[in-house]
Amino acid sequence: MTPRTLYDKIWDEHIVAQRPGEPALLYVDLQLVHEVTSPQAFEGLRQRGLKVRRPDRTIATIDHSIPTIDRAKPIADPIAARQVAQMGINCKEFGLPIMAPGSGHQGVVHVFSPELGLIQPGMTLVCGDSHTATHGAFGVLAFGIGTSQVEMVLATQCLLQQPSRNLRVNVTGRLRPGVTAKDIILALIAKIGVGGGTGCVIEYAGEAIRGLSMEGRMTISNMSIEAGARAGLIAPDEVTFAYLKGRAFAPKGAEWDAAVARWKTYVSDEGAVFDREVTLDGSALEPMITFGTNPAMGIAITGTVPEPGAMAAGIERDSLVKALKYMGITGGQSILGHPIDVVFVGSCTNGRIEDLRAAAGVLRGRKVAPGVRALIVPGSEVVKKMAEAEGLDRIFLAAGAEWREAGCSMCLAMNGDMLQPGQTCVATSNRNFEGRQGPGGRTLLASPITAAASAVAGAVADPRSLA
Amino acid sequence: MKPFTPFESSIAVLAADNVDTDQIIPARFLKTTTKEGLGLQLFHDWRYGKDGAPKADFPLNRPEAKGAEVLIAGDNFGCGSSREHAPWALTDAGFRAVVSTSFADIFYGNSLKNALLPIKVEPGVHAKLLAAGSGARVKVDLESQTLTLPDGSTASFPVDAFPKRCMLLGVDELGYLLQFEGEIAAFEAGRPAPHDTRTPVQDR
Repeated sequence: MTPRTLYDKIWDEHIVAQRPGEPALLYVDLQLVHEVTSPQAFEGLRQRGLKVRRPDRTIATIDHSIPTIDRAKPIADPIAARQVAQMGINCKEFGLPIMAPGSGHQGVVHVFSPELGLIQPGMTLVCGDSHTATHGAFGVLAFGIGTSQVEMVLATQCLLQQPSRNLRVNVTGRLRPGVTAKDIILALIAKIGVGGGTGCVIEYAGEAIRGLSMEGRMTISNMSIEAGARAGLIAPDEVTFAYLKGRAFAPKGAEWDAAVARWKTYVSDEGAVFDREVTLDGSALEPMITFGTNPAMGIAITGTVPEPGAMAAGIERDSLVKALKYMGITGGQSILGHPIDVVFVGSCTNGRIEDLRAAAGVLRGRKVAPGVRALIVPGSEVVKKMAEAEGLDRIFLAAGAEWREAGCSMCLAMNGDMLQPGQTCVATSNRNFEGRQGPGGRTLLASPITAAASAVAGAVADPRSLA
Repeated sequence: MKPFTPFESSIAVLAADNVDTDQIIPARFLKTTTKEGLGLQLFHDWRYGKDGAPKADFPLNRPEAKGAEVLIAGDNFGCGSSREHAPWALTDAGFRAVVSTSFADIFYGNSLKNALLPIKVEPGVHAKLLAAGSGARVKVDLESQTLTLPDGSTASFPVDAFPKRCMLLGVDELGYLLQFEGEIAAFEAGRPAPHDTRTPVQDR
């Protein structure tokens, strides 16, 4: 048999039907739903008189629009309140389970679901959210879809799809101290560009990837979309199985052993051909930070911001000029010491327990610099509870940071947590687009330890300087 | 959806690469539960000043860009978030086609499902359109997959046969998928669900 990639195996296993010259029907094992990209899909079902085909393969939460403070009070923004209420109404009407605030399991859609053991190797998974790629860390074909497709999956559990190309990213060697999963993915995107993965499904491989925890792997898969790739897979291994064991929805007893045996087959075969391969030397990486207005505008934290004057004229140079002007950053200078106003630790990229432990490790016994606001937002109610049991909340509060309820929060500033125009924020989230964290706000993407170190310094700081 | 018919229109030029969907429609406008009315917020933070008045220097606010049904955009248009609000905002503002050298995958697929034709052209053709500027006129014909440029020359563009047929007929993919009930049921019979999401967590 021809050797196949991990992606090819999952694809082949999920084809329901395909007529000649038409796209394939890909079966979806699990759909995650949230309040922002689903209301129009449920309305579409109503207009057509359709039901949700498989409520047992669907699960919802509320994450984007809800405040991260004063949860006991009604939501002040009437439009957000209506959207949140509509999610509850839709779940009730169509018989879908929802992890609502206060359930103990509410959270960012890509944080709460792995915690419950819902995400298992070899599955196909979709959500109306581009960061659905997160779940690729489990050897799952997971990708973001639009609202029309949310409706299609609710109605038929299928999507019409064309196969993607296979791109393997090999991250070799061992990471040096102070270098994290976030730095790997920022370095990769800086190397291949925001469109570098377009049309591709990435498989991340190599010693540096194998050496990561599931939390770190999720950080990497999560940002695949920032390189334009729909999905980013990592073959499951003992780290994956150890993470899943004992979780609520994971198999138990004899079923567990059978599942692990099956999961072990979800690896690319020896000799499988990839359309493209990219190698990154993990041992040479440094902590990374972005300076511009897309995630590919990133440099090593000790590096120098590119100088537009050194580039040929064209749209690319114009984009850099525009980005630096927006960011208030001068080309040709070091980024270290650039003053900041806000630090945001959280999101589906870096809002898991390991991320909060890392940030707390830096903030323990230290203070957030005067005039800097630090917002720590757990990715889920489970993460919040764990962090509080470990005393991380007390470390954050003692340092002068704010400790919030679970949600997407300042990653995309839909819920009232936002930057003021002109403010600069070191954020552990995934997008530094203009206005992403609020109109006129400026975002520098980095790892939790770089964010925490910068909070202490009141300026962009190398986390290794506080080790 | 209405059938997608050939049309002639002026163009609006937005010469920037990597325009992300947060620029097309900022996240704070996604709290709506309908598809309508998003055209008002299209490119909101580029289009309006702090006082809410249109910025005169934003290309789409210039008089020559008014009434354009074809947007000429830069490389990798529509990257970032999967929000289908992006094509909804563009169509609500009157656009029926976007021309670029490349598109982000999810935006491309979302557009085809909303009667917004993403037209991918070679850099040479793209350069001609940029040079022609806002207000120049083009013709779009999906059936023959041709774009007629302001100078009268034509360029062909790719589009997969299936979404093309759906757009030309004005039918949507869900209607097509629903015909496969038998095949889907047979597939499911051979593939038990890994879990039932409805079982309460404390019972597991």
